[in-house]
Amino acid sequence: MTRQQILDLYFLDARHQLVAIAAFLDRAERASGKDDFRLQAFRAALAELSTKKKGKAKKVLLAFSDPTTKPITKAQDKGACGASARK
Amino acid sequence: MRYIEPHAHMVSRTTDDYERMALAGCEAVCEPAFWAGFDRSSVDGFRDYFSQLTEHEPRRAAKFGLKHFCWLCINSKEAEDVKLAEEVIALVPEFLDRNNVLGIGEIGLNKNSKNELRVFEMQVELAAKYNQLILVHTPHLEDKLKGTKLILDVLKNDKRIRPERVIIDHVEEHTVEMVLDCGMWAGMTLYPETKCTPARAIDILETYGRENIWMNSACDWGVSDPLAVPKTALEMKKRGHVASAIEQVIFKNPKKFLSQSRNFKLGK
Repeated sequence: MTRQQILDLYFLDARHQLVAIAAFLDRAERASGKDDFRLQAFRAALAELSTKKKGKAKKVLLAFSDPTTKPITKAQDKGACGASARK
Repeated sequence: MRYIEPHAHMVSRTTDDYERMALAGCEAVCEPAFWAGFDRSSVDGFRDYFSQLTEHEPRRAAKFGLKHFCWLCINSKEAEDVKLAEEVIALVPEFLDRNNVLGIGEIGLNKNSKNELRVFEMQVELAAKYNQLILVHTPHLEDKLKGTKLILDVLKNDKRIRPERVIIDHVEEHTVEMVLDCGMWAGMTLYPETKCTPARAIDILETYGRENIWMNSACDWGVSDPLAVPKTALEMKKRGHVASAIEQVIFKNPKKFLSQSRNFKLGK
């Protein structure tokens, strides 16, 4: 597909999602308290979007990923929260 | 448009879903053993579950002309209890001769713990011993990258495991390449919030090609869509993919992989 065709197909949806992200950040920043590791990872992931480099989706996913390599001692729960507190 | 749903937890879905899938062109549904949403208290719960997967669900699917196949294992979410896992793994061979069983799955990791890894290795051993196909669940979200690497290390280090007989499921942009590079198959799961959207799945196909890759809904008891595969096929059509390319991904590829099991037979 041409870039024009991709824009025709996905621009409005992407715009909608971008506004939702902006509103989420406004909401979080309006609320009391500090950033936790999730919001820190979120901001790091956002920084990947403003570059001209390829593979933005991959870089965003990597920004949220646990960078360690050894198994943890014991699973304390079953769920995942979307960002890693481990460095 | 015919398609195969290679990963769906139909025990958690209504009969209406079978009908909708059949109407959408589904010819076969494959159901990996899964976590029930709560921890089962004994091996007897698994015996009942495996009976449900091998006896009851095929009959429910057949009412709509659908073939039903399944995979057997203890899921990684229940793998912290190693004693229970050992009992379930000992139970699995009793069911491997059932005529809709495709292999061992979905085994893998959830939180990447030592016990999960130990139980994963035990189930890889089981698959090797009984020459079974393997379907692997990779962890969610922040745990996926690390878990996928740990899983691939185990599989690559076991020389009995032929990579073309392994499907690594729930790949995303940061894990798909390492899976395909190992010669294993990759599954993309079309699931809200935590996995791929149709558009992203098609991006992955356009970036990494259509070989050794399939798409599934992994519909279960959570918010999920049993029609995610045909909806993504429609999205592929909107993106200009020709009918033969779409059929390769949603029908021929899963058929090719699954046909490595002697039990996988589609109706005429």
